[in-house]
Amino acid sequence: MNPHPAHDTVAETVRIEGARILATLIRTVGDVQLAEDAVQEASLAALGAWPVTGVPPQPRAWLTVTARRKAVDILRRERARPDKERDGLMMIELNGSDLPPDEVVHDDLLRLIFTCCHPALSPPTRIALALRTLCGLTPAQIGGVLLATEAATAKRLTRARQKIAAAHIPYRVPAEDELAGRLPAVCGVIHSLYTAGHAPVDGQAAYDVDACAEAIRLAELLHGLLPEQTMPTSVLALLLLTDARRSSRVDDQGEVVTLDRQDRTQWDAAAITRGIALLNESLLLTHGQADAYQLQAAIAAEHARAPSYAETDWTEILRLYDLLVSIAPSDAAALGRVVAAAESAGPATGLALLDDLPPSPRWHAVRAELLARENRYAEAAQELTEALAGPSTRPEQQHRERRRARFLHLATAPDKSDC
Amino acid sequence: MPQYLALTYTADVDWWAPEQADELAEYRKFAVDHADTIKASAVLHPTSTATVVRVEGARGGEVVTTDGPYAETKEALTGYYLIEADDLEAAVRIAADLPAARAGAVEVRPVILAK
Repeated sequence: MNPHPAHDTVAETVRIEGARILATLIRTVGDVQLAEDAVQEASLAALGAWPVTGVPPQPRAWLTVTARRKAVDILRRERARPDKERDGLMMIELNGSDLPPDEVVHDDLLRLIFTCCHPALSPPTRIALALRTLCGLTPAQIGGVLLATEAATAKRLTRARQKIAAAHIPYRVPAEDELAGRLPAVCGVIHSLYTAGHAPVDGQAAYDVDACAEAIRLAELLHGLLPEQTMPTSVLALLLLTDARRSSRVDDQGEVVTLDRQDRTQWDAAAITRGIALLNESLLLTHGQADAYQLQAAIAAEHARAPSYAETDWTEILRLYDLLVSIAPSDAAALGRVVAAAESAGPATGLALLDDLPPSPRWHAVRAELLARENRYAEAAQELTEALAGPSTRPEQQHRERRRARFLHLATAPDKSDC
Repeated sequence: MPQYLALTYTADVDWWAPEQADELAEYRKFAVDHADTIKASAVLHPTSTATVVRVEGARGGEVVTTDGPYAETKEALTGYYLIEADDLEAAVRIAADLPAARAGAVEVRPVILAK
């Protein structure tokens, strides 16, 4: 495999720091496209210079000054720009080489987050904008995350910038009383991004971007900017608790390792401790009135806390799923509830609950495991055949094929009941 | 200041029908409440009165008219309001006061202003 720039430390520093200075530059020049172009040119300059000179002691300062100079260059090249941007030029020249103070950067980042995740933009567009402006990814990399082509992603970004400019989507931090209404759109972007990285629906993990890591970075950023707000705290808790188990979900051969067989000593204990602390902190803020993120985080925390699969508190997990299904119904939550019910009350209870849910590949896979618990191996194998007919990731597909082979074998050799 | 065209999409009603009187009064109230931001407005006759016009071929070609609205949809264009607002969020706040936002939908489109 070719070494990818994303794995290169210099490139990584340029990308992260570039995204950080973009927010302030957008406000200064009053134009998203111009600011992005300037940061892009500064980043290219850094990528050319730093491997030779070494990374400067203050990479952000270097990039800020260079990006401002590039913005001035671009404006000079395109003299016939409207008044607003000429004002921007003056501001850049007046600002000179001073770096903006932290509280200014803080507000600029929030402005950028709330503009990129504005409810007037479609959810996939919000994700694309966040990855472009807040994470500094290329349209090709974003296309990989969104399962779209580079051209389609570039067009989506262009349209989004046009809409922001033409419709005057404000570059502003929502007022205190608006914040609660605006945070779900932002948190939704972060959570969807993590999900996109954690469980791509189809194909192998084909892209070189770690969408989970980017989502956690954004969750950390948002929580850091708005530490008093509950939702960013609970989203960060959920992502940390889920991510703590990520490396154990697939073994060295790329095969799925189900929760009951995972090596719990491999789980990231520091992430679990921090996730649980953040969850508790957010529950204090909401006085125990949990939202969907808190409930999912609480479920992840129960798994993380259990010393072994057998010692899992399924009654508590079932209670949490009951709450989750009642406040935020989804197929994934309903299937999670079925598994919890089956573990606490037996496979027959789980099978009965499944009858009320719409079939999907995962539905068939869950049904297969429950049938196998009742030694109904032929039916279990048939369910996996149906699961395999639908979309799945490569590791999932291999796992389901292995399980089907196992159940077919057991169906013909009934005395080997250990599965 | 930016301008937006707020297009109301609702059931294809005849505003002159007596049973529409109460709703029409709500639209009048909206127009009074937001008089300082509304630059122009109108409610429209139902789509059964619409005519679609096309010119076949080049300029000066045959004018072809057809009966009915441009697109048959469940919700019809029933009125418009040209409003002035600081930004999209302000425009959305005004549009949300339109009765059509509850009974149907309001499409808010930024207007290209001459420099």
